[in-house]
Amino acid sequence: MSSDGAQQDGTGGGTAEGRTVRVVLVDDHRMFRTGVQAEIGETGRTGVEVVGEAADVDQALTVITATRPEVVLLDVHLPGGGGVEVLRRSAAMMTDTERPVRFLALSVSDAAEDVIGVIRGGARGYVTKTITGTDLVNAVFRVADGDAVFSPRLAGFVLDAFASTDAPPIDEDLDRLTQREREVLRLIARGYAYKEIAKQLFISVKTVESHVSAVLRKLQLSNRHELTRWAAARRLV
Amino acid sequence: MTTAPPRAETSYAPAPDPDDPPVRKLYRSADGRLLGGVARGLAGHLGLPVSWVRIVFVALFMADGMGALLYAAFWFFVPLGVGGVDHRQPAPADGRRLRLRHRPDKGQVFALIALLIGASIVASRFQLGQADGYLWPVLLIGAGVALVWRQADNSRRAQWLELGRRNGLLTMLRGAAGVLLVGVGVTGIVVLQGSVRHLGSVLQAALAVVVGIALLAGPYLVRMAQDLSEERLMRIRAQERAEVAAHVHDSVLHTLTLIQRSADDPREVARLARAQERELRAWLYKPEGRGKEEDEEPATLAEAVRKSAAEVEDDHGVPIEVVVVGDCPLDEPLGAQMQAAREAMVNAAKYGGEGGAVQVFAEVEGRSVFVSVRDRGPGFDLDAVPADRMGVRESIIGRMERHGGTARLRSAPEGGTVVELEMERAATEHGI
Repeated sequence: MSSDGAQQDGTGGGTAEGRTVRVVLVDDHRMFRTGVQAEIGETGRTGVEVVGEAADVDQALTVITATRPEVVLLDVHLPGGGGVEVLRRSAAMMTDTERPVRFLALSVSDAAEDVIGVIRGGARGYVTKTITGTDLVNAVFRVADGDAVFSPRLAGFVLDAFASTDAPPIDEDLDRLTQREREVLRLIARGYAYKEIAKQLFISVKTVESHVSAVLRKLQLSNRHELTRWAAARRLV
Repeated sequence: MTTAPPRAETSYAPAPDPDDPPVRKLYRSADGRLLGGVARGLAGHLGLPVSWVRIVFVALFMADGMGALLYAAFWFFVPLGVGGVDHRQPAPADGRRLRLRHRPDKGQVFALIALLIGASIVASRFQLGQADGYLWPVLLIGAGVALVWRQADNSRRAQWLELGRRNGLLTMLRGAAGVLLVGVGVTGIVVLQGSVRHLGSVLQAALAVVVGIALLAGPYLVRMAQDLSEERLMRIRAQERAEVAAHVHDSVLHTLTLIQRSADDPREVARLARAQERELRAWLYKPEGRGKEEDEEPATLAEAVRKSAAEVEDDHGVPIEVVVVGDCPLDEPLGAQMQAAREAMVNAAKYGGEGGAVQVFAEVEGRSVFVSVRDRGPGFDLDAVPADRMGVRESIIGRMERHGGTARLRSAPEGGTVVELEMERAATEHGI
């Protein structure tokens, strides 16, 4: 299935500008790293330069500290504590150009607890391993630019999380999704690409991206309470 | 669709049960028993009708009470098991039917009473002379012991069926009654032997002995219990592992073999892989005991959507991605909506499957349910479809409208087709 890819075609491409993004691959399956490397590692063609690889949490931290990549492709299930642990221990990491190191979760699992876990840990996006090479490159560029990458499934989870609490306490109103953000999420969940969403809602792609980023921010910041309840209701915790 | 799809059923074959020995072993039967399940167990083991065995026991009982001794010995030594004579009964894994069947306990009560009466009649036939006075205390003790042992069996069985918590009080009461009966019986003997005057000091001494034994043996017993529970935990873990292994073996390896065999048919390979992935996910992430009965009718919207998508995916070999937000029970209009959605999925898979995965999105929001099905195929013009082709008009639009919903077809922004179905839920819960 080309699940997550479909909506990431389009605008992300920094390739046109001839820019390269430095990427570290963190995954405990060597075969998979090799595969990803083969798909996206041709810097001349894709604009992605794989500067390091790691197979567990400790290695990942060493490699990230040494190479300071712009984007880390992070597996969720890792020996030594998992992707969340990597996120936790490298939270304040900066690249040489003083920009935060961004994380893009790349996992075979699309179970709600994995997805929500790493997003809350600070990952800027979540795609599953069935993604195509082109889509992955686009996702990497998008994340490097500070935008968020959502798969339809992830959008579904988030909608679910926020929808299940229809009568929130007033002080949490600030954290709730706006009508527009909900609309954007809904279209992502329906499998639309960012570009298609922009067309449908008569807004620019940049606006779509900022809505999505806002959703991510809200998901990470507060609402702990709602999410806990949501997770508990689904027997995730 | 050249080869048969991998059957889901094979994957759910029960794990090999370590407690199920290849050699036939004598067990007391847990189901359909009157007293200890001895007769039924024996009957099962020997392949005889239960009633024959029971008659033999009763006959032996008449002969100097041999039957009772024999029965008691069996009860004591033979472990309680499942099996016995009737294998019509489901395996212990499916406890529900057993539970239903077992609730009226009248047969057992009757058997106990009959046993007591029979015992007293037989006993009174013997000329016991002086010992006559001991008859009733001994009978009391016997009844108490039987009750306690019976209770032990029950709690063991309850473990299998996991109904122990439900009638914990009853269990305690039964146990207490047994102990009380034994106590009264023993006291009776003591009283008969000595005299009532000594009763107080005898009781005191007994109490002291009991407390002493408890003090001495207590720590040892506690440790033994802990060891036992630890061992049980390990065994459960091992069993779990065995089950996972069995599942992986049955289902995943099976599919991998099929994939190897049809390696030059990418469509078939993709279909097999997706079917296996879906099944494995269902098995890994669904709550206990769910998602196993493939042919069961779905009761909620999310289940229905997923089921339709899985079936269409299997039939047409086109991946269908499902996102469901919220859930609600299925009612009649929603059932119609699900049928329309299924039709839309079939269309999307047939005509739009070349463009990649079909995306299905379902959302429950308040009282209305929204379903969208989109494909990335060439798209089509509804007005250009000949009037005699009723697929879209009747199965999707017509069906939705008949049930008070709406259906919209339009082309998606970047090509492909979107079918949007909207339906109000039936208002039964508001009593309209």
